[in-house]
Amino acid sequence: MPEIIFIQADGTRRPATAQDGESVMRAALSNDVEGIVAECGGAAACATCHVFVDDPRVPPVTPIEDEMLEATAVPREPGSRLGCQIFVSRELEGLEVRLPETQL
Amino acid sequence: MSAGVVVLGAGQAGFQLAASLREGGYADPITLVGEEAEPPYQRPPLSKVFLKGGDGPESLSFRPPSFFERHGIALRLATRAMRIDREAARVLTEPGGWLSYDRLVLATGARNRPLALPGAALENVVALRGAEDGLALRAALARSRRVVIIGGGFLGLEVASSARAVGAEVTVIEAGERLMGRAVSPAVSRHFLEYHRSRGVVVELGQTISAILGEARAEGVTTTEDRDIPADLIVVAVGVVPNTELAEAAGLAVDRGIIVDHALRTSHPRIHAIGDCARFPSAHGGGLTRLESVQNAVDQARCAAADILGKPQPYEAVPWFWSDQGERLQIAGLTADAEETVTQGGPEAFSVYCFRNGVLIGAESVNRPADHVKARRMLAGGERPQRAAFAS
Repeated sequence: MPEIIFIQADGTRRPATAQDGESVMRAALSNDVEGIVAECGGAAACATCHVFVDDPRVPPVTPIEDEMLEATAVPREPGSRLGCQIFVSRELEGLEVRLPETQL
Repeated sequence: MSAGVVVLGAGQAGFQLAASLREGGYADPITLVGEEAEPPYQRPPLSKVFLKGGDGPESLSFRPPSFFERHGIALRLATRAMRIDREAARVLTEPGGWLSYDRLVLATGARNRPLALPGAALENVVALRGAEDGLALRAALARSRRVVIIGGGFLGLEVASSARAVGAEVTVIEAGERLMGRAVSPAVSRHFLEYHRSRGVVVELGQTISAILGEARAEGVTTTEDRDIPADLIVVAVGVVPNTELAEAAGLAVDRGIIVDHALRTSHPRIHAIGDCARFPSAHGGGLTRLESVQNAVDQARCAAADILGKPQPYEAVPWFWSDQGERLQIAGLTADAEETVTQGGPEAFSVYCFRNGVLIGAESVNRPADHVKARRMLAGGERPQRAAFAS
């Protein structure tokens, strides 16, 4: 099972084991990582699983995700993503996921 | 030490209330009482991805057990609340006996409206509410070829879309003249009618069911036009009724929901009600309103938590909804009372802006998330946009 690393807004690093095929959002919740709200449960409908990733292995933003990223609580940045739209696999081993100050 | 907060109902609202109390620094005990055996979980995926996939209920849980331990939130699962004793500030639970509270929060949700028809109790006549229902429906879909869905609202249509995706022949029977008639404008109803029909779903409008056919198992339905539609699975999705019995028995004001004020307090000052079971004065039109949505459950939980923490604020959050039926529908605001609409966009992706007294009250967006996001911002602002600002 791939390991990814969540980095809190204060810099704290928190490695987490993800199920193969699980979203970054689910991986945060199931590892009890703070900083993800995920109101809509993974439907790309609420933008409260906002994360920052800067890793060329991650597939690009989809059109729906792109539009919902305009609804994030902290301003969108070039690496902004919805955690529910990134699916973890062995190819993403060691992925670093930064969390924003707030989701609301 | 205070007896703390007891929450009846461990769904989206109850879970969020407990989490928000701890986030806000609440230090006394919190007990979350839920009838289901599962730890708190998300319901929306049940009609969508959960039906099509192979994941178990654990894939739906809000947080792992460590979260509840770390935050000192006691879970009393598979536990039913039998009675509220207001005088003694305690709740009778089964199993578990009496549970004292300082503050009580009713997050009792809603249950499916039963179908009062002969044959409704046959085993292949099912409804969807909890994770157990989801598992049962998924298994039933896998061995069924012809599915009849009674009710063309959000839930019925989401199940229709999922059932079609796993290869079933699907008929949706809706009593109203259009789909999702209580929730969306005619243009959106029309779009989804065409969409579902284009995917091979048979949609019968203006039809009701007079009987469910079959002896041991349901074999179909008879419509009020005396037409028989064969089926090996029947899904009932005709709305919900709020769970208000406990509140009513405790002498709280109840009228099609547990009546609450702007801070979500019931007629008894130590008892709040939130989520699907609460009828509240809406800041977004429509007077006393009861909403069944994730947004309402979550935001009311936050609002009630703030009140319990001594920082009351009126409940004014903008309502929003979504439904994934293969096409993506997102609604901001309450649009049922619209007098006028303006549609922007093309046939595949558009938004219907809804106005009352010349002022924006909501927007229904089909495959246009950006419009939805903007509409939510507009409705949250002090100054509502005028009709004149929207080009047709």
